Amino acid sequence: MRRLKKYQTGEAAQYITRRAALRKLQLSLNDFRRLCIIKGVYPREPKHRRRAQKGSSDIKILYHAKDIRFLLHEPIVWTLRDYKIFAKKTGRDRAIKDFRNLKRRLALFPELRIDHIVKERYPTFIDAIKDLDDCLTLLFLFSTFPSLRLIPREQSALCRRLTLEFLHYIISSKSIRKVFISIKGFYFQADIKGQMVTWIMPHHYPFKPHSKAEVDFKVMSIFVEFYTIMLGFVNYRLYHSAGYTYPPEIHYEKQADLEDNYKDELSYVSDRIAALNSDLDSKTNEPEEEIEDIDLDLIEQGQNSNRLITLKKKTQELKRLRTLFKGLKFYINREVPREPLVILIRSFGGKVSWDSTVFTGATYAETDESITHQIVDRPILSDKYISRDYIQPQWVFDCVNQRTLIPTNKYFIGATLPPHLSPFVDSKRESYIPPEESGTGNESFYNKDGSKSDENILDAQPEEIRTLDDQQLQVAYMEEKLEIEGDGYVQSEDEINPENDEVAPKELQKRDQEKLSMSVKVGKVHKENKRLNRKNELDEHRLQARMVKPRHRNLFRKLIREKQDKEKEKWLLKKKRRIIDGQNKDN
Amino acid sequence: MAKKQVKRKATEFIEKKKVKDIDIKSTEEDEGLQEDLLQNISNEDNDSSDDEGAAKAYQSDDSDELEFESDEEGNYTSKWDANVPSENSDDDDEEASGEEEEINESDIEDISGEEEADDNDDDDDDEDGISDEEPISSKESNIKVSSNNKEIKKTKRAEKNKPNDLNTAKKALEAQNAKTNESLNNLKNELNDKEQIAAAPANKAEYEDSDTSDEEDIRNTVGNIPMHWYDEYKHIGYDWDAKKIIKPPKGDQIDDFLRKIEDPDFWRSVKDPQTGQEVVLTDADIELIKRINSSRVPNPEHNEYEPWIEWFTSEVERMPIKNVPDHKRSFLPSSSERKKVSRMVHALKMGWMKTMDEVEREKKAARGPKFYMLWETDTSREQMRRIHDPVSAPKRDLPGHAESYNPPPEYLFDEKEQREWLKLKDEPYKRKLHFMPQKYKSLREVPAYPRYIRERFMRCLDLYLCPRARRTKLNIDAEYLIPKLPSPRDLQPFPTVESLVYRGHTDLVRTVSVEPKGEYIVSGSDDKTVKIWEIATGRCIRTIETDDVVRCVAWCPNAKLSVIAVATGNRLLLINPKVGDKLIVKKTDDLLAETPQVDTMESERIKTAVQWSVAEKEEQEKGVRIVITHFKPIQQVTWHGRGDYVATVMPEGANRSALIHQLSKRRSQIPFSKSKGLIQCVLFHPIKPCLFVATQHNVRIYDLVKQELIKKLLTNSKWISGMSIHPKGDNLLVSTYDKKMLWFDLDLSTKPYQTLRLHKNAVRSVAFHLRYPLFASASDDLSVIVSHGMVYNDLLQNPLIVPVKKLQTHEAREEFGILDVVWHPIQPWVFSSGADATIRLYT
Repeated sequence: MRRLKKYQTGEAAQYITRRAALRKLQLSLNDFRRLCIIKGVYPREPKHRRRAQKGSSDIKILYHAKDIRFLLHEPIVWTLRDYKIFAKKTGRDRAIKDFRNLKRRLALFPELRIDHIVKERYPTFIDAIKDLDDCLTLLFLFSTFPSLRLIPREQSALCRRLTLEFLHYIISSKSIRKVFISIKGFYFQADIKGQMVTWIMPHHYPFKPHSKAEVDFKVMSIFVEFYTIMLGFVNYRLYHSAGYTYPPEIHYEKQADLEDNYKDELSYVSDRIAALNSDLDSKTNEPEEEIEDIDLDLIEQGQNSNRLITLKKKTQELKRLRTLFKGLKFYINREVPREPLVILIRSFGGKVSWDSTVFTGATYAETDESITHQIVDRPILSDKYISRDYIQPQWVFDCVNQRTLIPTNKYFIGATLPPHLSPFVDSKRESYIPPEESGTGNESFYNKDGSKSDENILDAQPEEIRTLDDQQLQVAYMEEKLEIEGDGYVQSEDEINPENDEVAPKELQKRDQEKLSMSVKVGKVHKENKRLNRKNELDEHRLQARMVKPRHRNLFRKLIREKQDKEKEKWLLKKKRRIIDGQNKDN
Repeated sequence: MAKKQVKRKATEFIEKKKVKDIDIKSTEEDEGLQEDLLQNISNEDNDSSDDEGAAKAYQSDDSDELEFESDEEGNYTSKWDANVPSENSDDDDEEASGEEEEINESDIEDISGEEEADDNDDDDDDEDGISDEEPISSKESNIKVSSNNKEIKKTKRAEKNKPNDLNTAKKALEAQNAKTNESLNNLKNELNDKEQIAAAPANKAEYEDSDTSDEEDIRNTVGNIPMHWYDEYKHIGYDWDAKKIIKPPKGDQIDDFLRKIEDPDFWRSVKDPQTGQEVVLTDADIELIKRINSSRVPNPEHNEYEPWIEWFTSEVERMPIKNVPDHKRSFLPSSSERKKVSRMVHALKMGWMKTMDEVEREKKAARGPKFYMLWETDTSREQMRRIHDPVSAPKRDLPGHAESYNPPPEYLFDEKEQREWLKLKDEPYKRKLHFMPQKYKSLREVPAYPRYIRERFMRCLDLYLCPRARRTKLNIDAEYLIPKLPSPRDLQPFPTVESLVYRGHTDLVRTVSVEPKGEYIVSGSDDKTVKIWEIATGRCIRTIETDDVVRCVAWCPNAKLSVIAVATGNRLLLINPKVGDKLIVKKTDDLLAETPQVDTMESERIKTAVQWSVAEKEEQEKGVRIVITHFKPIQQVTWHGRGDYVATVMPEGANRSALIHQLSKRRSQIPFSKSKGLIQCVLFHPIKPCLFVATQHNVRIYDLVKQELIKKLLTNSKWISGMSIHPKGDNLLVSTYDKKMLWFDLDLSTKPYQTLRLHKNAVRSVAFHLRYPLFASASDDLSVIVSHGMVYNDLLQNPLIVPVKKLQTHEAREEFGILDVVWHPIQPWVFSSGADATIRLYT
């Protein structure tokens, strides 16, 4: 039997360095990078790095040997090699000025087919949706790019097309859940097939030339190459599952003069689609909302456990969100970023239009009297209509996040806006909660009357449903509140009663009685020094914390440090807020 | 400046011209008298003759070219012959040929005339001013010639136009031919005349062709050199006879001025740079200069608006020039093309071929990716080879409030935070936020995030370059790691507050010990005193001074005796404190007074180490009864539970560092013949005849009866400071200077059952309570920690250890904190003695 030498089995044989992988695949580093990006092969972190690196201690990029063997059988490796051959041959033709051959060769450019890789990387559709975050964010960025040397016009145009298609689906499926205006861009979170997909739409004109050391557009372009294919397939499936035709078509009246001109027609349609302001043609009538009703029924039949209640609440909230802007007519001023607002308004049932000179697809003019809200982002507006609310764009975002129509008085033209809070922060966490966030829930609740009166004028029917919902919610809320208070009350009793009310006075009285049996004095209530108590408890806790097992000690310390950092941060924020509030009061 | 330059150029130009004129003259007349030169220049009448000469020169050119062109004539005519004959009838051949010759000649002349005109244009440049007037005359002649030609041409055309009917045409042709002949003859005559005229000056004009400007000025032979070279000389060059050309006398400014006034021609006199002579410009010259200055054509006779002569007609002729009928195939459809077209139509019909539009569209469609239903259902999974053990990349963190474009004000950085953020430019990962929070008043003001692309790029890099591994992320609370122990409240009683402080020592109190009945304590301090205190009141009952620092005191655990062992320096004092029950005090005194009979001989080894002696009188008064003098300073002293034996430790004693003294027999033993390390302390087992000996690292348990090592406990610590044994004798607590306390379960193993790191500094001492399941530890971190240490009778149940209280009231003194800790024998009270010279009681 042959005796194995060191590093021929185990971890050392499991991993392969990048250099070895290159040698094995007979590819250049650039080709290998491209292959890895498209195939989704990434380096692995071994359990014992030293062993995996065959004894060397410097950090190397290690791939799983199986992954590399897997790449060995990939057909696109041959396409990558064909590229090389292509470049050589065309180069030669060019050099000897054989343009006839060159033309023939250029027509036979080897195309990279990566459809099968999408399927392979995402065996189920849900997998693909789970991995959509990076894809969407990158494509939304690329769709804004100008034509660059490394990023051809077609690529950014394709990105734009695919993202628009995706947005159409998002609008028609009303799947947006949370939105946020960050300094980086607009965050959107949508619920697609039960998966939360978050993407960023950058603020206008994000492109900025970068040095190659800072940003390598080539790498990003390869990612985009894969992501476009992936998003295309995802869009296809989404459209079909929602009953739309893909590529998207919209219902429009064919104009006589357009009919003969195919190109004009195409551009007309693509413009309409880009405007995001028209419904897509569907193959069937969608029976979607019924499904959720059935869910609700099921829940009602089931036991009234806590989980079910929360589920019910959630579905109700969702229902409310879906009809949030129903019956409202918005007009977007030209200075407001159109796309994000159109997505929000349209996906929650509102009608929207804009200045027809800004973009195609405007459905009504500013002079329309039935407009209820005009979104304005300038300090002064000369021509105003009494019949509509003039609001700043943040209102729409805040409304969506709070699932209600907030009173518009804080969002008037030129008003200093209330802070815009992130909906992604879990309010259950222990860290700092800004007073606006803790206040918003109640505030919106109490101020609802004002907004209601406004809405009643618009249309009655959806409003009734909403008020009903509100009432139910209100009842639920009050009950909950009572419960919480009750709990708190009981707890405080538990704490106080045995020590203060019962023990201390009685004992004192007893003692008094023993000492002076004749006279009865009113017993003094022994007050516990809360600070001292707290300190004692803290000491106790500290002592117990020292009993952590040695093997957990480092972890424990880390956790404690994290907790302390959090607390410190919280304290700092609180302090800053206090100072700021104080200054505001002084002013 | 520009004007001046122009003027200067003009003058130069004029002078040159003059010179040329002169040259021509001289060549004409063959008289090179230089004296006459100036006269010649001033003579204006010569101009016209000049022009003539020039014109003649051109004529001569013509003649040359005529000769030259005649070679081509043959070809031309032959061509003509090839084309023309079809028009003319055979009869007219001769005439026609003659006519043709003539026509050709005139044609050629015409052409040459044109060429001449061209030449004239060229020559204009060469000959500058001279040729200015020439073109007109030559052109005029040209025009004449050309007009003749035109006539001829017209007639020719007329001929061509005529149809083929010979009869009528013949006569007309003849007549016409006659006419043309006449006119041609005239023309020829004229031309010949002209030729004759031109022939005469042809010889002279040969020089004119040369462009060399060197020969222009011939009076001064210095050549084309900068004339300022002669500035310093009186002469300005040399004439043809190699004589110096003397510069004219140059007057001073006054002379100039005078001349200016006197000479009416002064303003038009110019200096000739070649000869240095003054030249007076003629009126024509001045006129010329003026015209040039005003940027007009220099020649006043030049007509800029001459009538347009149409050399080639712009009218479309209705009749063809040639008489060849169109070929058949020019009007019959091609059958091969028809076949081709029909084939194409068929191909289009069949769909084999596509229109350009279709092709374009198809190309466009083929260019982009094509999508289809890749996944049949949402969750079904097709068996496919995938990469090994795929690990999906973690998602990016979602933004918090700070990232908002309009965050609450507290999230914005203040100056300090900002400074810190900027300072960590090189280590951005240390920043608490990867961006600087910004607040904008409205959405309108929000710019594009400058690092957005960079962030996306970094994410891309992460996705394909960052090593991935599956890690179980611990999402637990820190509390979860704390072992679940009963609450201290359930483990009462234990001391919780400081109730008494015993003050009186002046230096650190090293040691303290309690009376077995629990009424008094004794303490030994570095101020060389031993003090006895009443516990309940905190009163110091007695102070016993000693000679040396008191290292250790130990009250005899036997309640029937009242003896304290005090280790001070080399001596171990057995003191009767004379407190408590007087009977016992008396009894103890009696017992210590009588000296028992020594039966056995003590070995030399012991004798040199220890001497027993009765205390001296002074000391007797203090209470000291027996003094056992050791050969080395004593570190520690400890009693056996029955109070008959006392063990002492002298760390410096090498292999005699541990000793056991028997009071009743006044005898000492050295239990170990060999030292196994630096002994720190010793301890008697409460029940068994065992001795615990702690060296620096380990604890050894010896059976005193069998005189053998029972067990060696491995502490895995650097330095042991003290030990305490549980009253039941199965558990040992060891304190070490490296902050640890070790609980040994003697039944279980030689390794600690539990290591407690309760203290933050060296642990100096530990003590078990005799009755309660409590133990206390004292440390240099100024704290006494009371713990619950429950040992169960059930052997299967492990001891329960719960730290319950931390008592921290001692004051810091140098690096020492608390040096000793002792329990009250009955109550759950604990005494601690510290470096701050106090003893404290916690109840």
